[in-house]
Amino acid sequence: MNAPLRRVGVVVIVLFGLLFANLNWIQAYKADEYRTSDYNGRVQVAEYDRKRGNIEAGGTAVATSRETTGKLKFQRTYPGGAKYAQVLGYKPVNLADTGIERVENDFLAGTSDQLIGDRFKDMFTGDQTGGGNVLLTLSKRAQDVAYDQLRNNQQGVKKGAAIAIDPRTGAVQALVSMPSFDPNPLASHDTAEAAAAYNKLEQDPDGPLKNRALSETLPPGSTFKIVVAAAALENGVTKSTPIPAGSSWTPPTSGEPIRNAAPSICPEPQVTLLEAVTESCNTGFAQLGVRLGADTLKEKARQFGFEQDDLTVGQLGEDGLRTAASRTGDMQNPDGSTDPAALAQSSIGQNNVRMTPLEGAMIAGAVANGGSQMRPYLVRQLLAPDRTTSYYTAKPRELRQPVTGQVAGDLREMMVSVVQKGTGQKAAISGYTVGGKTGTAQSAPDRPDHGWFIGFALDKNGNPVSAVCVVLEQAGSGGSAEAARIGGQIMRAAIADPGGR
Amino acid sequence: MTVAATPAPSPVTTGGESGVRLARSRRNAELSLLLLAMVLVAAYGATVEANLLDTVTPDFWMPAAALGAVFLGLHLVIRFLAPFADPALLPAVALLNGLGVGFLRRIDLGEAAPVDRESLAIFAGIGGRQLAWTLASVILAAGLLAIMRDHRSVSRYAYTLGLAGIVLVMLPAVLPRSISEINGAKLWIRVGSFSIQPGEFAKLALLVFFAYYLVRKREVLSLASRRFLGIDFPRGRDLGPVVVVWLISLLVLVFEKDLGTSLLYFGMFVVTLYIATERVSWLLIGLILFFGGAYLAYVLGEMVGGPFANFYLRAEIWLDPFADPTDKGYQLVQGLLALGTGGLFGAGPGGGQPEILPEVQNDFIFAGIGEEIGLFGLSALLVVYLLIVERGLRAALAVRDSFGKLLAGGLAFTLGLQVFVIVGGISKLIPLTGQTTPFLSAGGSSLMANWLLIAVLLRVSDGARRPVSGSAGKAARPTGGPPEQLHGAPTEVIKP
Repeated sequence: MNAPLRRVGVVVIVLFGLLFANLNWIQAYKADEYRTSDYNGRVQVAEYDRKRGNIEAGGTAVATSRETTGKLKFQRTYPGGAKYAQVLGYKPVNLADTGIERVENDFLAGTSDQLIGDRFKDMFTGDQTGGGNVLLTLSKRAQDVAYDQLRNNQQGVKKGAAIAIDPRTGAVQALVSMPSFDPNPLASHDTAEAAAAYNKLEQDPDGPLKNRALSETLPPGSTFKIVVAAAALENGVTKSTPIPAGSSWTPPTSGEPIRNAAPSICPEPQVTLLEAVTESCNTGFAQLGVRLGADTLKEKARQFGFEQDDLTVGQLGEDGLRTAASRTGDMQNPDGSTDPAALAQSSIGQNNVRMTPLEGAMIAGAVANGGSQMRPYLVRQLLAPDRTTSYYTAKPRELRQPVTGQVAGDLREMMVSVVQKGTGQKAAISGYTVGGKTGTAQSAPDRPDHGWFIGFALDKNGNPVSAVCVVLEQAGSGGSAEAARIGGQIMRAAIADPGGR
Repeated sequence: MTVAATPAPSPVTTGGESGVRLARSRRNAELSLLLLAMVLVAAYGATVEANLLDTVTPDFWMPAAALGAVFLGLHLVIRFLAPFADPALLPAVALLNGLGVGFLRRIDLGEAAPVDRESLAIFAGIGGRQLAWTLASVILAAGLLAIMRDHRSVSRYAYTLGLAGIVLVMLPAVLPRSISEINGAKLWIRVGSFSIQPGEFAKLALLVFFAYYLVRKREVLSLASRRFLGIDFPRGRDLGPVVVVWLISLLVLVFEKDLGTSLLYFGMFVVTLYIATERVSWLLIGLILFFGGAYLAYVLGEMVGGPFANFYLRAEIWLDPFADPTDKGYQLVQGLLALGTGGLFGAGPGGGQPEILPEVQNDFIFAGIGEEIGLFGLSALLVVYLLIVERGLRAALAVRDSFGKLLAGGLAFTLGLQVFVIVGGISKLIPLTGQTTPFLSAGGSSLMANWLLIAVLLRVSDGARRPVSGSAGKAARPTGGPPEQLHGAPTEVIKP
């Protein structure tokens, strides 16, 4: 019996040899692949071992990490709650991160190449330095006002957005999307709780997770007339040139007449361009658009930033929050020729024209800034974990020049007239020159209209200090006036905030 | 007993000479190896504390000391009751058992809130429970050594044990699911919060029966055969018992949904059969039957599902665990990731995150430990297991009676096979099955059964190395031996 026993001994050695070979395969050959696998939760635990940096707005931390006693050492919290949610996004344990938390993840987590020196230092000092800090361009006061005013708007509207930017730099002063959400439950270390919170938000028909300021488009209504007016000014029309108007006008191929918002608006057969803008004369702009032609209109809109689908708002020259492209849409008959009826509707910001609030603010900003449109950004500075070294400071740069200084000056004058004498009077700020344009856009035949306002504020020396766009979805009658009022409030707060710029 | 510097006389072939010269018992070697093992366990505990608490508490040595005291007790029992037992077995098993307790305590520490970690009591959590189980198991093993003064005496109860073994195996299969099923495998008997795995004990009982049965039948099984393709095949009617065991193991596979246990029983039987008959044909028949059966179960699982579905699912997970890494393949994927993260050297005891592995205290303990001690540490653990198995086989080689050879050989191989099945399972070498890792996994049944197994091996090795003559026996054992030479005389002589 000894011979088979010896052979059994050999068999056991062979079996153990197989185990050993297989362990070599896993722990040596495949080790790196497994170590960095997406399914490996250890990567995550290691990430939570280091204090994630702050995100700050106007000197206040709006996203911060505090130490816990749990397995994941640091808990991400958002002291501002829902107020900053659309900008910050959130950093959940298992779900995908969003917003600035996503864009600046490497720097906040401390794994960025820029912070390699700090990591190296840690090796010797034995300290565990946290991640870097991200300083936002947001003005705390403007953001407060934008959030509060939008939430408590006098129209009782539940959905809307507001964005304010500094026309001279492109720095975003306020950005609110409504309804918003509280990002804190999403960052819960209880992943089931976080997933439940996420699913609830995801399934909410009002879409609180959407960033309506950057990535949702709506028909812009009369605010689009600024683009049409710019095209007209470049094609031989001056602000005092009389243009055909009237209480009603029917485009050549359509049976559907275009009317003004009220019978009192431009019933005369002719008004000046300045009057047409001030009163928001639909019949005048419909005829003007048809006269200019679809190509001219589309080209002008493109020069203002329509059709751009790769703009991101974050760190200049780097990744950022994604934006949706604004579109002028189709104005053609099925055979490819221009449909005058569609062109006429498009000229007053209806038909298939769609715009983001960001684009609205960028149009107003370009007008205020002498025709120079600045690239919008949210990240002002990246600070080292110990706050001594700055790794990045935003250097504003021009995105494009939609109009000449001359045309911008004329548009500016017309928009100021809107706030002084026309539809946007509620946006006025004492001591500042405010210009703007309201818009009332039909959403669907049986739904209330959207209320829009785009505008800017100039200081005593004529320097632009803020440009804004506010939209209230399905606000109905009076929506654009309320949007103008909120726009004025936001700009006033942005101007008053010493740390806002 | 002094450790003589002269080479020891081979216990098997001593003859009259050993009566004159004192055979070496090597008990002092066992004691020093045991102390070394406990030092390693204490060092492991200290490293865990250094990593998890950032400090080593003054009490870090207490679990190691408690274990050391328990094992020292067993050492003393061996010294008096089995003085010629293999000196490497106890220290090797003690090392594994101690590291198991240390790792489980490490899991407790990892799961406790950082503020509570320093004050974690020695008997708290699964680590503390394992410590208590170790105490009970070692007492049981010592008791077995005391009762069973000669391994041949158990052959008297072979049929009783065989019946008991079959009942133990089948019991969970017939019991309602609410009592017997944990994590999809019907292997348990649960009473309240207390659960035992009868299969662990059945292993021992069945092996005693196999050994006894085969010793009696080996001539028939090995001599009466027909030659085919150069291999001697047994007669049809002699296949009976093999087929019965094969059916039982397939029933286990299907109704208890456990490939590992099934493979274990069948492998155990086929290998003892092979040792008894020295016929390779038995191995071939066994392998063909098992793999044929397993493949059939896989095909049936795919086509009809039902009782075979679980096996099919396990095979599918084994083939590609990353196909469904967050649900079905989750366990295996996490095990592989833990091992991969450990790499060559591991994160150091207490430095990894084995807590995130599901079932890390049971099936996946080897992966959890592997994350922290790396390929080098795991290789060392495998060598310790291999040492135990080969020492067991050595005792089988050296012992003089056939029953002892089959018993020790079968037990040693079963232990090795169990390690292969579970370690191979968690490292995706073979389909994963719910087996415990001997001496490491948390759980009383497994620990007790395996300590009993070790007690039997100790007893057989004592019988193997003990000098044959009466005078040596008197010198070594003050209590006097059983009437050993009358029952089951040496059977090593029969050769065809």
